[in-house]
Amino acid sequence: MKYLLKYLKSYKLECVLGPLFKLLEASFELFIPLLVRRIIDAGIADRDTDYIIKNGALMVALGLIGLVCSLAAQYFSAKAAVFASAAIKRDVFRNIMSLSYSEIDNIGTSTMITRMTGDINTLQNGINMSLRLLLRSPFVVFGAVIMSFFIDLKAAGIFVLTVFLLAVVVYGVMFITSPMHKSVQEKLDNVTLSLRSSLNGVRVIRAFGLEKSMQKEFTDANGDLVHLQLRTGKISALLNPVTFVLINAATIWLLWSGAVSVDAGTLTQGSVVALINYMSQILVELIKLANMIVLLTRSFACADRIAALLNTKSSMKEGTLDKEWSGKACRVDFMNCGVRYGKSNEKALEGITFSVMPGETVGVIGGTGSGKTTLINLIPRLYDVCDGSIKVDGMDVKEYRYSALRKRIAVVPQKSVLISGNIRKNMLLGSEEISDEEIYAALKTAEAYEIVKGKEGALDYVVSHDGTDFSGGQRQRLCIARALLKKPGILILDDSTSALDYATDAALRKNLKAMKSSPTVFIVSQRTASIMYADKIIVLDEGRIAGMGMHEELMESCPVYREIYESQNYSG
Amino acid sequence: MRNVKKTQEKNTAAENFRIIRRILHYLRRYIFFMIAAFVFAGISSVLALYLPVFTGDAVDLIVTKGRVDFGGLKFILMEIAVIIVICAISQWITNACNNHVAYSTVRDIRNDSIKKINSLSIAYHDAHRTGETVNRVISDADQFSDGLLLGFTQFFTGLITIIGTLVMMLAIDLRITILVVVMTPLSILVASFIASSSFRFFKEQSEKRGEQTSIITEMIEQEKLMIAFSAENYAGADFEANNEELAKSSLKATFVSSLTNPSTRFINNMIYACVAIFGALLVVSGELSVGALTAFLGYANQYTKPFNEISGVVTELQNALACAGRLFELIDEKIAGDSGELLTELSAKGEVELKDVSFSYDKNKKLLQSVNIHVRPGERYAIVGPTGCGKTTLINLLMRFYDVDSGKIMVDGTDIMEMEKKAVRENYGMVLQDTWLKPGTIRENIIMGKPEASDEEMIMACKNSHAHSFIKQLEHGYDTVIGEDGGALSQGQKQLICISRVMLTLPPMLILDEATSSIDTRTELKIQDAFAEMMKGRTSFIVAHRLSTIKNADCILVMKDGNIIEQGKHEALLSAGGFYQTLYKSQFEH
Repeated sequence: MKYLLKYLKSYKLECVLGPLFKLLEASFELFIPLLVRRIIDAGIADRDTDYIIKNGALMVALGLIGLVCSLAAQYFSAKAAVFASAAIKRDVFRNIMSLSYSEIDNIGTSTMITRMTGDINTLQNGINMSLRLLLRSPFVVFGAVIMSFFIDLKAAGIFVLTVFLLAVVVYGVMFITSPMHKSVQEKLDNVTLSLRSSLNGVRVIRAFGLEKSMQKEFTDANGDLVHLQLRTGKISALLNPVTFVLINAATIWLLWSGAVSVDAGTLTQGSVVALINYMSQILVELIKLANMIVLLTRSFACADRIAALLNTKSSMKEGTLDKEWSGKACRVDFMNCGVRYGKSNEKALEGITFSVMPGETVGVIGGTGSGKTTLINLIPRLYDVCDGSIKVDGMDVKEYRYSALRKRIAVVPQKSVLISGNIRKNMLLGSEEISDEEIYAALKTAEAYEIVKGKEGALDYVVSHDGTDFSGGQRQRLCIARALLKKPGILILDDSTSALDYATDAALRKNLKAMKSSPTVFIVSQRTASIMYADKIIVLDEGRIAGMGMHEELMESCPVYREIYESQNYSG
Repeated sequence: MRNVKKTQEKNTAAENFRIIRRILHYLRRYIFFMIAAFVFAGISSVLALYLPVFTGDAVDLIVTKGRVDFGGLKFILMEIAVIIVICAISQWITNACNNHVAYSTVRDIRNDSIKKINSLSIAYHDAHRTGETVNRVISDADQFSDGLLLGFTQFFTGLITIIGTLVMMLAIDLRITILVVVMTPLSILVASFIASSSFRFFKEQSEKRGEQTSIITEMIEQEKLMIAFSAENYAGADFEANNEELAKSSLKATFVSSLTNPSTRFINNMIYACVAIFGALLVVSGELSVGALTAFLGYANQYTKPFNEISGVVTELQNALACAGRLFELIDEKIAGDSGELLTELSAKGEVELKDVSFSYDKNKKLLQSVNIHVRPGERYAIVGPTGCGKTTLINLLMRFYDVDSGKIMVDGTDIMEMEKKAVRENYGMVLQDTWLKPGTIRENIIMGKPEASDEEMIMACKNSHAHSFIKQLEHGYDTVIGEDGGALSQGQKQLICISRVMLTLPPMLILDEATSSIDTRTELKIQDAFAEMMKGRTSFIVAHRLSTIKNADCILVMKDGNIIEQGKHEALLSAGGFYQTLYKSQFEH
């Protein structure tokens, strides 16, 4: 929370002016009861019609000035809230973009999106309302107390005591109910979980005839929720009646002690009326404040979540090496590498050691969860190793600046995604100006030329939001072209030819070999067919290297590889 | 054109009326609490209205030095005290009753929803996404409850307050009352003027916000790609430009809409000042007492507030009504229930016969046409074919997830339409591609089909399915809690749990629908034994896209466009050189 305050500092002027004008408005409002007193004590008592009208006109004038002040206040508060939130949003976005894969995995994309959208909106609203009202309500309350001091010292004592008791009650109820609200939220989460599970498992539930038991689970969770809601509600419902009683009890006391003073001649009738008016102003402000507090607690929670995201720093430290690169194929060395995800005890990879010479093609194969993708993600330093080291062109990847390392490497990810925009925008992703000829050349190498030519506007064709206007195989080829355009020293194909038919796959492999500066290639696959011609095949099994070598060698020496091969190539 | 609009309005009015009637139906159970809430709300509002009169009377007794009627004052103050206490207690009772009604009603609606969800056809679930239904049952219900609560508390008390205030003011003085009533519309007018002019800015804001949300969503979802291409800054410029534009239009929308309160407050102040002036003049001319003026000022203050509140409540109520409408749409969804005298139990031997079965999801698109199959007990049938050929549809019909359009499906000679759905399904064990685990322990997940199973039985089943060894290695063994998506378990392990689940119940017939397609081939080979164990002596239907998994079937049905175009054993089909051969070659020729 404190962390976010610095954003308001840039709008210091607005943050001061907003509440200031609000306070001005409130102080004009505080004068109203005094004017009423003058009307009663002087105007009515002296039967001075002019005086009454003059004071009434003064009330309207005060209202008008109040209106102007409050318009100014609304403007400055809105400005501070809107622009501070925009600045927060900008920085959170920048910070998110600076995170490494591990943090993205830990936090989860849906959380980041909610925080960037819903949470920041709530916060903006919260800041706006705080600037407008947070100072106003206490100011009116304390202002009323202070005004009461001017009218009558004895009555002021009643005001002080009342405000103190009110504070105790409001704070007490909130103190008791706020943890209850939290557990209500948890109970609601249980209900949601139970419902989702009923919906997602509908076929299995029907197949096993479990409708009744799932229903009972839901009904129980739902009953729990309502039970707690009702208990919380009963306590929250105390707030209004108790404040009501306190304020009115104070009014009774005021009337009585006022009566004594008036009888003794130390107070006027108009003053008593003024005091009562102040008391009812306090009541009105308290109700506003109570509503505010609900909004405020929510914004605080949002602020905390946003600050947490803003404070999440990448777990990786960028290196400083900005080594020149000639554009040639790169050499890669893994030295006894191990990887651990998050806090898990199991290592996702362990003891990985191998070397790849420039221009070689490496196949990586293994079952689901064997660590294939993890392995190739280490090369562009998308994750860090926990033991060992990885060298690209003889330098540890941790030494490089990110951009210096990653410009050597192009990855075609498992899931081929196109971003919104036209095809050219997709192709240029991350590169400087590239001529259309070059783009077409890359498209040809990736066997994607025909796809683009077939679309209206060719490179200017705008990709639909979810990319459904291309088939899986077409998307894969476009993504490969995109990677080729980087003219990488290392090309990584992460199971990215799975949707290609055999002929296209083969043509693609041939084109890659024929490239002028053919890069070092890593091909990750579950199919032996895609990697059997590689210069080197790495067989992964549960995070360890189970075998390494050419296809024929592995068929002889590596039982895991043989099993994979046989599971895909029945000889019957 | 105009008429169309009119009928539409009529329709929504009728629709709203229908929804309100449904809500009242739910409320009926809590009629006692409702009446109590109304009565006590009435009491507290009227009493609260009465207070200023008493205060005014009290003020009238405190005139000036030496002219204070302490006896009368004491009496009035005691009256006030009694009123306060009654009023506060009524307020609390009202709130508690409102809470009870709102929360309980929503609970009932939610319970009815889940009941409906569990009895709706699979067709409904296939057509509605999970998120959509969750949204209805969770958020819509919540908003409905908020609206209901607000409606009760503010609408009713607001109405009583307005009417009561008017009556009270009339009782004191007609002329000032007319003054107040005449000036009231001014405040409402200003409020609605501001609302309509801020609408334009809100629209602009929401468009910009929509743009921003899609930028944020895309960039965060694709962040890994951006990092891999060191294009993290690429999206930055777009985002920041939009962010600034959004801030500008947000400022306009926020500012303009925030004019409502100060403006109406100003008008209220004007009314207050007018009441003060005219009231005071009346006091001067002796037609009004100072106390009455005080009371009047109090009323003038109170009178305008409920208008603002009620206008807020109306939007809230409209929203609540819309939410309730969506919930009732779910609850009122028709169920194709079992009808007539149906067989409640059948222990089948495992003979299945399809006679001239036709079926399609969309009546305009033909799918299954006149399918005939006869499966003898213990036989293993495989179903293959390209995507969309109707493989899974056949399974849906066997399980009665959907019912045939024409033709018959018989189990052991009994038409399944003459059996309860439950009785049909009990005879099948099913393993799907989508390994569904319910949040809970592994044990709960395994014994879900046979809750009375002993530990020995469960472990035996897991040993048979080759799941025991990995479960045993988990820190908490069978009591390991797994989350919604199966947590740390691998895809293969999840599938083994699903197989164990079926192993434990061991029904006479089995269905494996793409059960291994999300598992790599080597793992598949390993759980192949588990499948083999399970299928021993049972009639089995296997749907697969990997042909390697079904080579040993007793009969392979090759489907294309809803028809069975070839059937027979693997070798026979292969040598026949038909569609099956083409399929097989496309997978294995490299």
